[in-house]
Amino acid sequence: MEFFLQVLLNGLVVGSIYSLVALGFVIIFKSSGILNFAQGEFLLLGAYVFLAISSAHAPIGAALLLTFAFSAVLGIVLERLVLRPLIGEPIISVIMVTLGLSSVLRAVVQGIWGTDTRPLPSVFSLDPIQLGPLPIARGYLYSAGCVAVLLVVLTLFFKYARPGIAMRATADSQQVALSMGISVRRIFALSWSIAAVVSAVGGILLATMRGGVDGSLAILGLKVLPAVIVGGLDSIGGAILGGLLIGVLENLSGGYLDPVFGGGVKEVAPFVALVLILMVRPYGLFGKVRIERV
Amino acid sequence: MRSGEFHTSYRADMAIFDTARARHVLAVFLVVLFAVPLVGSSYWLDVLNRAAIAVIAATGLNILTGFTGQISLGNAAFLAIGAYSTAYLAAHGVPFVVVIPAAGILTALAGMVFGVPSLRLKGLYLAMATLAAHFIVEFTVTHWDSVTGGVNGTSVPAPSVFGFVLANDRALAFLILPVCILHLWFAKNLFRTRVGKAFVAIRDQDISAEVMGVQVFRFKVLAFGVSSFYVGVAGSLLAYHARIISPENFPLSLAIDQLGMIIIGGLGSVLGSILGAVFLTLLPEVLRLLTSALSGQFPALVQLFAPLKLGVFGITIVLFLIFEPDGLAARWRRIRNYFRLYPFSY
Repeated sequence: MEFFLQVLLNGLVVGSIYSLVALGFVIIFKSSGILNFAQGEFLLLGAYVFLAISSAHAPIGAALLLTFAFSAVLGIVLERLVLRPLIGEPIISVIMVTLGLSSVLRAVVQGIWGTDTRPLPSVFSLDPIQLGPLPIARGYLYSAGCVAVLLVVLTLFFKYARPGIAMRATADSQQVALSMGISVRRIFALSWSIAAVVSAVGGILLATMRGGVDGSLAILGLKVLPAVIVGGLDSIGGAILGGLLIGVLENLSGGYLDPVFGGGVKEVAPFVALVLILMVRPYGLFGKVRIERV
Repeated sequence: MRSGEFHTSYRADMAIFDTARARHVLAVFLVVLFAVPLVGSSYWLDVLNRAAIAVIAATGLNILTGFTGQISLGNAAFLAIGAYSTAYLAAHGVPFVVVIPAAGILTALAGMVFGVPSLRLKGLYLAMATLAAHFIVEFTVTHWDSVTGGVNGTSVPAPSVFGFVLANDRALAFLILPVCILHLWFAKNLFRTRVGKAFVAIRDQDISAEVMGVQVFRFKVLAFGVSSFYVGVAGSLLAYHARIISPENFPLSLAIDQLGMIIIGGLGSVLGSILGAVFLTLLPEVLRLLTSALSGQFPALVQLFAPLKLGVFGITIVLFLIFEPDGLAARWRRIRNYFRLYPFSY
């Protein structure tokens, strides 16, 4: 029983990180219909930029703010230079351009910082907190806190703030949004910069918990895809729930099936779930059902 | 003097060679191609073999993605299936004449299984499903030790025919090149048949195709089958060429490389698959030559080679998508038409 609880708890806390990264995917997809395969590299770049700024003896708070500013600008620039020329192109081109982008970003990171693991200055202490009988790493609590805050903020943003409403309108129909005087281009740029900032938060949290940052951080960008699909590509709440679900599934299957298969179940279980959910409900738990017309 | 080509019959329009000159050029090219293994150094023979294998795999992917419009991120997994079936069969003493088509058929079956989700999924979601297929195959390959040798990999005996062992790149080239040409010939002809045209109809508008009487699901699965057969054969040749295969030979980046090949070459074009595969196989080699030439002045360049390779690959894809979305094949067509219409080329 204790093992089950521990595994479940681990799943939830890892899932909270997945939720955070999944949010980035959903924000971009919701407004522009692009699935950004370079999300993992946004994470990576965020963590490295934070590392670079804070190793220049900047106070942690300032380093965080500068990193977020950098990510926001990065999102806008990439959207402007790379994604905008491809508006209206077939989906394969859009997928490939984000894959190409991910190669470029990874190459930049490798070129500047090399492939060794670099220790990150601690944003918070790493001693675990006792939750009843179970120890829980402090970083996970922070990430769960971040996710909760972001969930509230983003839900309010999409519901009440003007740019948020404009983003929903754009997602609904770009033509109607344009005719209502919404600048669709600005909305796209905004969604990319928000997604980049959210990813940077995820990257910094994850790197701190791992005790360092290296290229393997970017793999998370792919690992989160099942979470995004399970929740539904265009649902903020779905992304968060999907993240938690996949985190729990991953840890439960890893905990109970790893002895049977000799390890590695953790890595593949989310993708098996992905195939199953695609067969049954391709639009995910909370996604919008598309009706096809000729 | 004639300016331009004018087809006056459907037959002429569908011909593989639209001019006699195209036929002659191809004949000369083939003679030169088969002369290369006789004179080339072992380094360039290795490149040639890898390029030819990449051409087969890229053509297979192009049949699925470029011609039928089904996006697949599972190509590395299909290559792995082809390669591991080859390793298994060859280790049990099956001659390569049987092994290569058998690997193709096994991969085709696997591909058709993974093609079943395409009944409901398209675009992005199908890409996700094939991505999942990649990770599932990778898991299976790593854990099914008795067949695949697990993480340590497995070795493949050299192919032999009538006691003559094809042990080096020179001998292998005479196996790989004809297989490659055969597959290209088949692909070129496939799209002159009903089946090929059904594929293209599904790509252009699948619901319309269904309305016109194309059995969409059957042809989608068939496209997965044909495409995976190609990729399986490529995987088989890859295994014979590499001689030792392990899960590390088939990372996700390999699948992305191959998508890059058909994007750079041109979606929905057999010529495009050739150009793209050759381009992306040569790109790292050219980079390697450049960095080793410049390493005298810039010693740091040697360490930067890996990120440089990755970055140049990414930038090439992004630039092609933005400035030449139809790929090298379209550019080639434009250049050819310029000279064909000369002096009235606008």
